[in-house]
Amino acid sequence: MWDYSETVKEHFYNPRNVGAVEDANAIGDVGSLSCGDALRLTLKVNPETEVIEEAGFQTFGCGSAIASSSALTEMIKGKKLDEALEVSNQDIADYLEGLPPEKMHCSVMGREALQAAVANYRGEVWKDDHEEGALICKCFAIEEPLIVDTIKANKLSSVQDVANYTKAGAGCSACHEKIEEILDRELKARGEIFVPNAVRPDLAKEPRTVDASITSEMLAASKKATKPKFTLVQRIQKIEKAIAEVRPTLQADRGDVKLIDVQDKTVFVSLTGACVGCQMAGLTLNGLQQKIMEELGEFVQVVPLSKRQLEEAGL
Amino acid sequence: MTVSGIYFDNNATTKVAPEVLESMLPFFTEQFGNPSSIHQFGNQVGRKINSARCQVQNLIGAEFDSEVIFTSCGTESNATAILSSVKAQPQRKTIITTAVEHPAILAVCDQLDKEGYTVIRLDVDEKGRLDLDTYKRQLNDDVALVTIMWANNETGTIFPVVEMAELASKAGVMFHTDAVQAVGKVPVDLRTTKIDMLSLSGHKLHAPKGIGALYLRRGTRFRPMMRGGHQERGRRAGTENTASIVGLGVAAELAQKRIVAENTTVRGLRDRLENGILSANSHCYVTGDLSNRLPNTCNVAFEYIEGEAILMMLNKKGIAASSGSACTSGSLEPSHVMRAMGIPFTAAHGSIRFSLSYYNTQDEIDRVVSAVPEVISRLRQLSPYWSKEGPLKENAQAFSPTYA
Repeated sequence: MWDYSETVKEHFYNPRNVGAVEDANAIGDVGSLSCGDALRLTLKVNPETEVIEEAGFQTFGCGSAIASSSALTEMIKGKKLDEALEVSNQDIADYLEGLPPEKMHCSVMGREALQAAVANYRGEVWKDDHEEGALICKCFAIEEPLIVDTIKANKLSSVQDVANYTKAGAGCSACHEKIEEILDRELKARGEIFVPNAVRPDLAKEPRTVDASITSEMLAASKKATKPKFTLVQRIQKIEKAIAEVRPTLQADRGDVKLIDVQDKTVFVSLTGACVGCQMAGLTLNGLQQKIMEELGEFVQVVPLSKRQLEEAGL
Repeated sequence: MTVSGIYFDNNATTKVAPEVLESMLPFFTEQFGNPSSIHQFGNQVGRKINSARCQVQNLIGAEFDSEVIFTSCGTESNATAILSSVKAQPQRKTIITTAVEHPAILAVCDQLDKEGYTVIRLDVDEKGRLDLDTYKRQLNDDVALVTIMWANNETGTIFPVVEMAELASKAGVMFHTDAVQAVGKVPVDLRTTKIDMLSLSGHKLHAPKGIGALYLRRGTRFRPMMRGGHQERGRRAGTENTASIVGLGVAAELAQKRIVAENTTVRGLRDRLENGILSANSHCYVTGDLSNRLPNTCNVAFEYIEGEAILMMLNKKGIAASSGSACTSGSLEPSHVMRAMGIPFTAAHGSIRFSLSYYNTQDEIDRVVSAVPEVISRLRQLSPYWSKEGPLKENAQAFSPTYA
């Protein structure tokens, strides 16, 4: 059985707002073809204020589908339509204190029902653009269509690429066989041949020791280097330049990185925002380290400092 | 989870019989020897393994005890059988199986499919039955193996494997059956059949998990999956799981003694459960071949509601069963068995399997029969396919959602 949170169980055993709202003026009927779940959401919207005065649901689905429906109705009651539309499927999952990755589509269905109901109220036709498919990466709940689309759009050709762009495969790595199969298919479709790495791709490793974080690309980069001499100021400028290049990517994920200190071949940084505790942090640091090495033409090691370490150092 | 729960999920696994547990315990303590060793520590254990082999031999009616190879589970037995058949006959490139096999068969066949083999997955009709004429037409010199389950784990439907093995044998084709659900529930007498290989699993018949066996008819061409030491006559290397092998032996002996009770007492309980549920709940029906199925299994499809939700509600009442619903498996698809039978998804998702054992009682049956209606009606109140009166499907209010 699934490891459902207590809140999921509570909303399943004691669902709120069950049944169709009498005199509803907004109805959203949606279903998930692949998993067979279906949901009807009925709302009573105040025509003057556009506030959702009542919300009711009827769901054909599993425990988390019912709990997600119940949570959704609780979350949107009393909200204006436009406010309600801002409720994301992640918000629904958060309200329920998390859903298993296999069950995230249940929260998606709730959100879609809301969109359909609002469209119905406004006399619009709602079209679903969410593509559902087999769950590939259980660590980050990534489905096949997203992986396929990302490979196509960015011409990806390795498991590491897929992990960098979608996060799929960046966790436990058990899905790498499936990702390789997708890559094999997609590369064939564009007339290329998929060549997997003989060695395991370097994914989310913490660059703690020099040896463990040297990848073949890094070695190549450091070999290529002609070892120019820079002053300390020049070095720091170059490091800042490398950091500035990766920063937009991190900020897009609500994170950031800051240069703290440079001591010989060690570059100390601090990760902030969403980067903290992210399983991708190791990967981010490897990428940053690579960039800095390219700028400096020498081997360096990027070491992240935790908040505590920073405080202890008085920084 | 209440300790005094009602366990109706015996096709998933069974409890270890007390006699089995007792027989195993010495092999964790004083009888720790390696059966391959020449000294007294090993020697005694080796003899116990041989007697367990004979107990399994008797249960399945094998002609020779050396036809029984101990493995780690049903899955290993299945994989060994399939991979052996293709390795031993490299010129043959086709496998015949059914659309409703266990994943332990289907996933291996899918892999061979990717590697260039032709896999023929025989379809079933609405009751889960095979068409033997179609099957006969597929038998030819390119077929390395026919692998057909003896009984289906979800519906209990029994396939005519004895007859199908005869047909395969006439066509000169090797025949394997995954009999994990059948052994111990229906009489099996292999010496009178043309079955070349048969898989069985300990934990389905009150032995522990982690032990299984492969029957390999004498003379059947074989290539081991695990090579190494000379254990199991070199056909399955690796130091024997002695305690579990001894346990499986005792469980096999118990199963043999209880085969009549399975087909009288247990069958009676199952029928009582089934009739009770059908008469107390509307819009539900039994799936599978009612006239030809395992005596312990009953699969009921409750229309317009979803299986996981039913199981969670039953679980709260201390009742354990299982479902063919997509949501219980972690895949998005409902059970491939239900789909193969063409069960509509509003019913397939609500299919619940009750599987009994020798240890269930009439009192438990009656308690489940009286507990089910409340669960079903509560979930139907939540269902968009249902109104107070019944299903909405045939009127203007019919629920027809936009599908993603």
